[in-house]
Amino acid sequence: MTLDEILQSLFPDGHDIARTDGLLSGSATMKGGAVAAVIGVEGRAPLGVDGALKLGGHVLDALERGGDAPVIVLVDSDSQRMSKRDELLGLNEFLAHLAKGLILADLRGRPTVGILYGHTAAGAFIATALATRVLVGLPGAEPEVMDLPSMARVTKLSVEVLTEKARSTPVFAPGLDNLARTGGVLETWDPSKPLADQLAAVLGRADTRDRRDALGKERGGRPKAADIAERVRELATRAG
Amino acid sequence: MSDLTPGGTSESGRGGVSWYEASARQRVRLLLDAGSFTEFVGPEQRETSPHLQVFDLPEQFDDGMVVGAGTLGGGAVLVAAQEGRFMGGAFGEVHGAKLTGLLRAARDLTSTPVLILFDTGGVRLQEANAGELAIAEIMRAVVEARHAGVTVLGLVGGRSGCFGGGGLIAGCCSALAVSEQGRIGVSGPEVIETNRGVEEFDSKDRPLVWRTTGGKHRRLIGGADAFADDTVDAFRACALDLLRTTGPLTLDTLRNEQARLRERLDRFGACADARDVWAKRGVDDAGAVPGLPADDFIALAGRVAEPSHDAR
Repeated sequence: MTLDEILQSLFPDGHDIARTDGLLSGSATMKGGAVAAVIGVEGRAPLGVDGALKLGGHVLDALERGGDAPVIVLVDSDSQRMSKRDELLGLNEFLAHLAKGLILADLRGRPTVGILYGHTAAGAFIATALATRVLVGLPGAEPEVMDLPSMARVTKLSVEVLTEKARSTPVFAPGLDNLARTGGVLETWDPSKPLADQLAAVLGRADTRDRRDALGKERGGRPKAADIAERVRELATRAG
Repeated sequence: MSDLTPGGTSESGRGGVSWYEASARQRVRLLLDAGSFTEFVGPEQRETSPHLQVFDLPEQFDDGMVVGAGTLGGGAVLVAAQEGRFMGGAFGEVHGAKLTGLLRAARDLTSTPVLILFDTGGVRLQEANAGELAIAEIMRAVVEARHAGVTVLGLVGGRSGCFGGGGLIAGCCSALAVSEQGRIGVSGPEVIETNRGVEEFDSKDRPLVWRTTGGKHRRLIGGADAFADDTVDAFRACALDLLRTTGPLTLDTLRNEQARLRERLDRFGACADARDVWAKRGVDDAGAVPGLPADDFIALAGRVAEPSHDAR
């Protein structure tokens, strides 16, 4: 689906979303009349210091206005912008700022929903879609942790070896299904049905606790994370 | 202990043990009050990574993460330490889940501070999806804990620095203490070079790498709240000090951070090099900063770096 088709299907009652430099920010009318805040990245744009601050500011503005309408995060991005300037200026703080705003929104009763409709990777992924309460995918979405050439540089394995491993190892390999197995993606939506209904259904299944590790255990992609976290939580709670 | 660099001595017995050279366990043991540390799900439980075998890589019984409880200056704390010498301190499934569990306990307890001793290159790429999710869960848990009133401090001074998703987690902490060796960033120099070419960032130009991502730059630009000499004692003093000064995460905190980062972009967004940033910051001899001893640098930073309390 194109972004226009997605927006039309998600918000048939209208939206007012600015699209500049690969960034989305604005608002949209939900079923029932509530006005959701919308941010996002389109056209596989990289997310750097300037973009992260702009999106973060939009989230905080929405929080300041109050209410309990959702915050929707639409993502088709590159990775974080890889440049000397971004690192010099402290990109980690800018991306964390955006993520903190989204997580705080959820904690303050503004459900956050990430919709992954294209590509995303690495820090841009963590700061946007993975900072939401619920992340859903559309068919064809392509999340990845890092591109294979960079992985090859870091792991000192050849691109050929990594490509081979990617075919056989879900926990390592890019792609929506592999990420879903770890619990990172709740569900994949059906583009032939109205997205507004599917959004409403997801919002109705309110679970404010982070259950992604439990989901990853259920689906077999992360066999140990949920149990280890719970064991440590219990021990630390007793000790504290 | 044979690999430690003995520096000066002090009454605490920690002496001038180098933070950079110490292992994760040594850092924790020497940072906290003597004999106070209890580890949770320690190496005797042999909770190794379920994924490294696929790559024929060695496992470690603690998966490179030490978590537990102890006291600091008499007050209860929860503590987590990454072992930078195992897989570059990278976040894998088990490694990350220990920290997630610790932070969730802190959230539930609402008052016990958490110290995170970062030493990481980011996501462990051999279990990339699990590591990426672990980072996301940790960030969520940090914000939940801080929102509940918990102080979460990050200490950065290990050999792997604090990169990738580790840099984003650091950016979620209440406050950071950093040493000169404590490099903080998202994209490591090698990754930028691989993607954008050596003209964009020459990863072999060590002075460039250090002044762009190193602890002194982070302190001067406001990315860290305190600068520590490379000793366990110095990090302990910073941690005790920062615990007294931080408050909960609120909408106002993030509003203040928005303004702080906006001002940074406006003032320094056109700078081509860290030395230009430092000069604009008011440092008279920017070229001398990398060579300044810790005491002199701390005095300088105290004069020119902006306070960032309740803006992080």
